[in-house]
Amino acid sequence: MWQLAKEFFRFLREEKKWWLIPLIALLLLLAAMLIFGTSSVLAPFMYPFL
Amino acid sequence: MRKILGLSAFYHDAAAALVVDGEIIAAAQEERFSRRKNDDRFPSQAIAYCLREAGLTEADLDAVVFYDKPILKFVRSVETWLTVAPCGARSFVQALPQWVGGRLNVVGTVREELPRLPASCPILFTTHHQAHAASAFYPSPFEEAAILTVDGVGEYATTTIARGHGNAIELLQELRFPHSLGLLYSAFTAYCGFHVNSGEYKLMGLAPYGEPVYADRIREQLLDMKADGSFRLNLDFFSFMEGQSMTNLRFHDLFGGRPRHPSEPIETRHLNVARSIQTVTEDILLRLARHAREVTGARNLCMAGGVALNCVANGLILREKIFERLWIQPAAGDAGAALGAALAAWFQPPEGPSPVRTPCVPDSMKGAALGPGFTDDDIEPLLKEVGAVYRCLDDPSFVPTVAQLLADQKVVGWVQGRMEFGPRALGNRSILGDARSPRMQSVMNLKIKFRESFRPFAPLVLLERVADYFELTEPSPYMMLVAPVRPELRNPPSPEATGLDLVRHPHSSLPAVTHVDFSARIQTVDARTHPLLHRLLGEFEKITGCGVLVNTSFNIRGEPIICTPADAYRCFLKTEMDALVVGHFLLLRAEQPRPAVEGADRVRVEELEPALPSSGDGPKLREQPSEWRKFVAVWVAAASLLAYLLHHRHPSTFRTWPYLQGVLLIVLVVGMIRPRWFRKPYRAVTIATFHVGKPISQVVLRVFYWVLLTPFGWTLKASGHAPLPLHRDPAVSTYWSAAPLLRGLRRPA
Repeated sequence: MWQLAKEFFRFLREEKKWWLIPLIALLLLLAAMLIFGTSSVLAPFMYPFL
Repeated sequence: MRKILGLSAFYHDAAAALVVDGEIIAAAQEERFSRRKNDDRFPSQAIAYCLREAGLTEADLDAVVFYDKPILKFVRSVETWLTVAPCGARSFVQALPQWVGGRLNVVGTVREELPRLPASCPILFTTHHQAHAASAFYPSPFEEAAILTVDGVGEYATTTIARGHGNAIELLQELRFPHSLGLLYSAFTAYCGFHVNSGEYKLMGLAPYGEPVYADRIREQLLDMKADGSFRLNLDFFSFMEGQSMTNLRFHDLFGGRPRHPSEPIETRHLNVARSIQTVTEDILLRLARHAREVTGARNLCMAGGVALNCVANGLILREKIFERLWIQPAAGDAGAALGAALAAWFQPPEGPSPVRTPCVPDSMKGAALGPGFTDDDIEPLLKEVGAVYRCLDDPSFVPTVAQLLADQKVVGWVQGRMEFGPRALGNRSILGDARSPRMQSVMNLKIKFRESFRPFAPLVLLERVADYFELTEPSPYMMLVAPVRPELRNPPSPEATGLDLVRHPHSSLPAVTHVDFSARIQTVDARTHPLLHRLLGEFEKITGCGVLVNTSFNIRGEPIICTPADAYRCFLKTEMDALVVGHFLLLRAEQPRPAVEGADRVRVEELEPALPSSGDGPKLREQPSEWRKFVAVWVAAASLLAYLLHHRHPSTFRTWPYLQGVLLIVLVVGMIRPRWFRKPYRAVTIATFHVGKPISQVVLRVFYWVLLTPFGWTLKASGHAPLPLHRDPAVSTYWSAAPLLRGLRRPA
């Protein structure tokens, strides 16, 4: 994963697309929460917060 | 000894390939084992086969290589959602959970699926087109060649030109998403009522029935094409970026109506549309090939990528003599990229010197026979187990008996040696017939394959006799070239016959393999690569005077090509095939037990062509004791917390608190000792959670897309920073971009 992250940062530097960082971080966080919310045994306890 | 496993997965055609010290040992698509056509799931069964073939285990692997870079692909998806905002909500909602659910974390997925993989075994990544280029060049017989890869899309590249020399591949130029020849062809495939990613060859087969009346319209309205083959699409006519369909209303108006539904009849308009896009595709590919020659100066060309399966265009490139020699990877689609990834890791290792490459003649693909093989000793118990009636033919009588059956115009299933890698059956998992028979095409299409009657079959021809029947002098061992039948063998139809009426007309003295334009998709058979098939063709020629047979893949529409003798027997019973030859065993349909024939699942045409499977549908149940234990612990903790809160707030009414704590403790202990007892509650809660959570997450994602991403995308576009290049500029002379440097496989210093 670390290798992929380095690859990603190199891509951002070469393409000058730093503006993607917060957007992608937010997207990953949101998606991770939602996946957790549909597949984890903890999911039913998360619904009140969604 | 260095053992490298290449993988492709998660989009379509998942596959695994094993390369040991640069030699291709095994390669197979997951669909052949799972029996789900175009299976895109992680290729666990294909990996298991590859390791078994080499006598290895996961623990012996030195590297695992994935065929694309997931993060770059994900970033491209994000940029697409921003570009098409607010219309990309559906694609966003569908794709984002899949990305985070495994597509992004390929390292984690590989480690989870291959638990015995040593921690020291690196998991590497090539770019998508790097893998295609490697699959095209490294197994080829050339020391130096231009490499042209054309497909739908990889990370950003849709078309690349590279130069291969010795053991090095240098990517030179690329065309970028969304401007893609593969996606353009797929848009027309969908418009004509065929499945994207699996129906493109049907569109190619349909094209000769029509006229290219829309070709100019496509060139003028849908494309801005330059002399060097680079182009940009006019995206006002397409909707593939939004992810709901391939084409939009403007596109439909341009071609005179809405898309054809698969169940609707094919009209003249569809024939003309198919012919028109095929003509334009050939034009673009010829320009690309000429440009590749100019850029690289090479005399040979290697090709891969899904568009390289367009064997009509390939034949044209050969006949135009743009290059002296042409070699096309037989598994040109994404399955072949698994092999390319493994070969790239061998020839461009992350550390140490690159091994020397010595090109093999005719090539290093072993006739594409890289899948499982079965000996007579393996086959006989399987036939006994299914209750088949068979006879074992001894060596002297084996080939003549089968040749006589074919000469008697019987349709014969032929299962010999190792299964082919790639979309074509090349004589190891094939259905064979007599090419001279005028009724063979319709019998095979309608009673054996249960597919559309317009689709032609491919000829198998002795390499030394190919020029006697076809206008081709080059070998075509992988059925990747289309060439015309010789003029003296042709039988032109009457001028009144048009469209699909032409199907019934015998177009040559080899009617079963001659298409309406007198072309044929040729497979040449040489004695070194296919000794048994070569003997069969020779024997057939002795009996009939004709050295050509019909060859079609051993499957029925909607199913993958068969893999094992048991698959072959099942498929044999489902169809009206006359005989099955598996190894040295001959099975005649008439001799099979009646209950077996009558009890076989008869093919119902309406059930064919099932929707393509997709990863990530349904709840993710992990049936493991650790998951059940986790489930018990979480719910006991939650119940304990709830009980404590109730007791704390209402001590007078909730006096059973100490007893409840005891019960929960017992449940916890039992759960830890006997986790299996909690399997059913775990399943019930997980399934319920999925069905409740899915609509909630979809709503949240849609709101996120419209409230946050859409204004962000609009702002980017308004400020002149559109994430993807959409505009066309008639003033510029080319749309080629310099390809980024290849660094993927080498670890950063």
